[in-house]
Amino acid sequence: MLGQLFSDIGAIWARYGTVYLSGIGNTLLLATVATLIGCLIGFVCGILQTIPCAPGDPLLKRVLLTLLRGLIRAYVEVFRGTPMILQAVFIYYGLPYFFGVTFKDIWTVSILVVSINTGAYMAESVRGGIMSIDPGQFEGAKAIGMNHFQTMLYIILPQTLRNIMPQIGNNYIINVKDTSVMFIIGFQDFFAVHKMVSGAVFKYFPSAFLEMGGYLFLTLLASFLLRKLEKKLQGSANYELVNTDQLVMTAGNYQYPGAAPYEEKSRDYQGEKP
Amino acid sequence: MSDTILEVRHLSKTFGTHAVLKDVDFTVRKGDVTSVIGASGSGKSTLLRCINLLETLTTGEILFHGESVTGGKINQSAYRARVGMVFQNFNLFSNLSVLENCVIGQVKVNKAPRKEARDRALHYLNKVGMLPYINARPAQISGGQKQRVAIARALAMEPEVLLFDEPTSALDPEMVGEVLDVMKGLAAEKMTMLVVTHEMSFARDVSTHVVYMADGVILEEGPPSQVLVRPRDPRTREFLKRFLG
Ligand SMILES: Nc1ncnc2c1ncn2[C@@H]1O[C@H](COP(=O)(O)OP(=O)(O)OP(=O)(O)O)[C@@H](O)[C@H]1O
Ligand SMILES: [Mg+2]
Repeated sequence: MLGQLFSDIGAIWARYGTVYLSGIGNTLLLATVATLIGCLIGFVCGILQTIPCAPGDPLLKRVLLTLLRGLIRAYVEVFRGTPMILQAVFIYYGLPYFFGVTFKDIWTVSILVVSINTGAYMAESVRGGIMSIDPGQFEGAKAIGMNHFQTMLYIILPQTLRNIMPQIGNNYIINVKDTSVMFIIGFQDFFAVHKMVSGAVFKYFPSAFLEMGGYLFLTLLASFLLRKLEKKLQGSANYELVNTDQLVMTAGNYQYPGAAPYEEKSRDYQGEKP
Repeated sequence: MSDTILEVRHLSKTFGTHAVLKDVDFTVRKGDVTSVIGASGSGKSTLLRCINLLETLTTGEILFHGESVTGGKINQSAYRARVGMVFQNFNLFSNLSVLENCVIGQVKVNKAPRKEARDRALHYLNKVGMLPYINARPAQISGGQKQRVAIARALAMEPEVLLFDEPTSALDPEMVGEVLDVMKGLAAEKMTMLVVTHEMSFARDVSTHVVYMADGVILEEGPPSQVLVRPRDPRTREFLKRFLG
């Protein structure tokens, strides 16, 4: 039995190996690009959703912000709440219907669909990630005069990114698998190759077996690489003490008059009652 | 000595129906080291947070060099950059190294060139004795060290006033001294400071001015020799008795 299976797989691979490989390539490229764009959408939504809105702000600003938040909310609910396979059909046929644009390139529409779908999930992950950051981080940034965008860009989102890496990984792995629904609009991914090959040689199971193994290999690899990336984002566990003399030299153009009296540690304040 | 930097006028702050600050008036002059003392819940932190616009005032206004910063005319971020703040819980940026913590505000807010910002950061980190740790991240240093970095971060912006909200209250007793030493040094250099503190020896020996708050109002203010030694108000006396014994 098994011998038969492997010889069938061998035969299919010998004839269609390069087609399967190009399917894998397309799947990976689509999933990777769409996940990256999806993350970007998620982070932009995160920044926009958290623009502070005080009761004292001008009416126009408050109306615009409310509108913006409503729009993002609607976007998330619609694209999280409908199947991606339908979204693909909807956009592929809908855009020409309404705007007269036809897609010459199946890549453009595929990336568009998967990115928008991923973005809806990422927007929620990012929102959750931002909420979990210590409010002191926002206040520290505010207190040195950073505005909302600076605070988000340099302080909050880098920490959010680190915290939501597991969710980004989740989305990436889901995308590796679920881009398979894009065959509906003719995208030639790994799964589409299965449909084509098994239709041509009438060997459904061997090809399905190959696909299962292929997808599992891809997701395991992705999972492994994501862990490495996560580790890297955590930063090193150690730091090096810096040789003070060298640094004082580089900082030497700031000579302040008078020795600072507190540099020899005065202990006057140690005897304080708690 | 008498140029006014900050004026708080008729400041009131309510959270819901809870009046936390009631018609507070006071002034910070250049070179003043003002200690704000008072019981827990009397509104000291809220006062500081209102001054730095971390809270919106319910009524009243704050003048910075005679100009209102609450009327919406002055850029609030620019104002905050001129008024440094040191928090009880440090609030160092946990994604950045000690050095970057002191550089980022200068580069992004003050638009200083990176090289210059780095030199200035190193200067102030040296001042607080944290030069060896510039590559560490906040999670890797002790509480006292974090607070010293937080002070260096605020100083690196070269603010005109530094606000401190109980800078030593979250510290283990053996780390309190190192932070107070730094603050004492700043006072000796005539840095203008407004310090909410429970450290009575700091209020007595270092500050030039003491403000006693109770239930959202300033009950008494003046030089430490008066407020701390010969308080006029019986409630101030009661409070001090508990602290000084
Ligand atoms: N965001 C808030 N919402 C509601 N009430 C608040 C808020 N912040 C502070 N308060 C209330 O305001 C009062 C004064 O608080 P504040 O933190 O200013 O006191 P404090 O003098 O700094 O006390 P402590 O010495 O304990 O730090 C408290 O009763 C507190 O419950
Ligand atoms: Mg307080």
